[in-house]
Amino acid sequence: MTPAIEAEDLRKTYPPAVTALDGVSVAVEAGTIFGLLGPNGVGKSTTVRVLSTMTRPDSGRAQVGGIDVLADPVGVRRTIGVVGQKHGADPEATGRENLVLQGEFYGLTGRELKQRVAQSLERFGLTEAAGRQVRTYSGGMQRRLEIAMGLLHRPQVLFLDEPTTGLDPEARVQMWREIERLAAEEQMTILLTTHYLEEADRLASMLAIIDRGKVVARGTPNELKSELHGDAIQVELADPGDSRASAALRGVTGLGEVKLDGRVIRARAQNGGAAIPAVLAALDAQGVTAMAVTLARPSLDDVYLRHAGRAFHQTDDTQEEAA
Amino acid sequence: MTALRQTWQVYLRGVRVFIRQPAYLGMTLIQPVIWLLLFGALFKAVTQIPGFHGSSYIDFLTPGVVVMLAVFSAGWVGMGFIDDIHSGVMDRILASPVWRGALNAGTVAYGAAMVVVQTVLIVLLALVLGAHYRGGVIGVLLMILVAALLGAAFASLSNGVAVLARQRETLIGAVTLVQLPLTFLSAALMQQSLAPGWIQSAAKFNPVNWAVVAARGAAMQKTDWGLVAGRVGLLAALTLVCMVFATRAFAKYQRSL
Repeated sequence: MTPAIEAEDLRKTYPPAVTALDGVSVAVEAGTIFGLLGPNGVGKSTTVRVLSTMTRPDSGRAQVGGIDVLADPVGVRRTIGVVGQKHGADPEATGRENLVLQGEFYGLTGRELKQRVAQSLERFGLTEAAGRQVRTYSGGMQRRLEIAMGLLHRPQVLFLDEPTTGLDPEARVQMWREIERLAAEEQMTILLTTHYLEEADRLASMLAIIDRGKVVARGTPNELKSELHGDAIQVELADPGDSRASAALRGVTGLGEVKLDGRVIRARAQNGGAAIPAVLAALDAQGVTAMAVTLARPSLDDVYLRHAGRAFHQTDDTQEEAA
Repeated sequence: MTALRQTWQVYLRGVRVFIRQPAYLGMTLIQPVIWLLLFGALFKAVTQIPGFHGSSYIDFLTPGVVVMLAVFSAGWVGMGFIDDIHSGVMDRILASPVWRGALNAGTVAYGAAMVVVQTVLIVLLALVLGAHYRGGVIGVLLMILVAALLGAAFASLSNGVAVLARQRETLIGAVTLVQLPLTFLSAALMQQSLAPGWIQSAAKFNPVNWAVVAARGAAMQKTDWGLVAGRVGLLAALTLVCMVFATRAFAKYQRSL
């Protein structure tokens, strides 16, 4: 079966020399939620922009719903729904006006359009607010309206670019339920980008981790986590960059993947709890002072750390979105 | 069919924004009144200049104010798209299969409709002030058409510049850069034969002057059909070129993302 979304070796450089995509390939099976994961500015949004015909790659090819994005962009636009990172609803218009205009843009008219608008208002809990200008909506309501707009023409494939960024925790959980419902009840193919590991872990059945314009890892969330073999041990040191700490931990049997990252040293062990006394003893023997020790089951954060070579949250604030 | 429907919907969006902002609505309606009264009072003595044909400055001025106002109000139409670009609305619109021409044509229709409303106000007010429409109802309707065409051309240019530049400041700069010079290089406020020779030469290539000549020739005199048809033809051609330019600007904007 042809995947609902397939991209091969996408490359794009923004002038003067910002490489947004450095050979990205993804394949998304129909009816699944695919998560594109990574911090800001590593090429997630650019990938979505290429697949949704908002921009053209310098090279590579891609098809969505069996339609080539470069050869027939208008055909792709009819097939997909796009909910962008920024607010897509017109703040000066009412919720209903936004939906009607959106429907007309997709060629829906008359009674059918009216019915669909009424249904989506109902479904997204916006019927009461339908006659109000969107600028009076809460963040969660706006997001729901935008998703309603993206779904009005019943697309085969939905692109959700950071759907919960800027939402409060309650609205975020609500949005997650809605996304799960779309995939489960409507068999929709959803490509989701996010920089929340928790979100990707919960929603996506397949993941690709993207870093510096490249896919650095892919698989189901469980596959990615089980690749890590064992628990993560994290020791906070009194002095940053103490190389004696690395040497000490490398000498402990049953401990692997020792990585020093500033004042934090991380390692993996099959049984983390049992390894901790040995870890502390080894550090003590080298005269290294440990401030705190934590033990964690593998998380996607660890997956990211392993593939991108740095902690997820560290890259988050320091890099600007390239696209 | 779809293209027309989409154009109509984009037009309605503009009209709704306009109607929901009473201050904006009020200013748009008051502006023609101020202009006609202000310029009428300021330039009243122009009729005393030797060589000025006719004795009624209000007859001379009315088509001039109509045309000036068309340029001044249509020039800002592109502002809406700059707001759309910054809010994210533009991305959502361009991700849809909507015909790009409808985005321009709809807002141009809205800009032209505002020009028509303002023109009708001027026509009525000038009538009260004693203007003589020697071209009759047909002549006045032609003047309104001329104003709408010129407004459509400038609204398209405004959209094109807005989408390419994406910055309010750039559009404001571009509009103010062309508005006054184009107005003064025309017969809007001063009879051409009284203007310096180089202005007369420049005016021949100035769309604002085509509109002034056509509007004056249609409404205020016994209609000179040849003269009016020629200028209206030029204006229609210009409008078409500007609309093609603006429609392409949307595609260029999208490629640049």
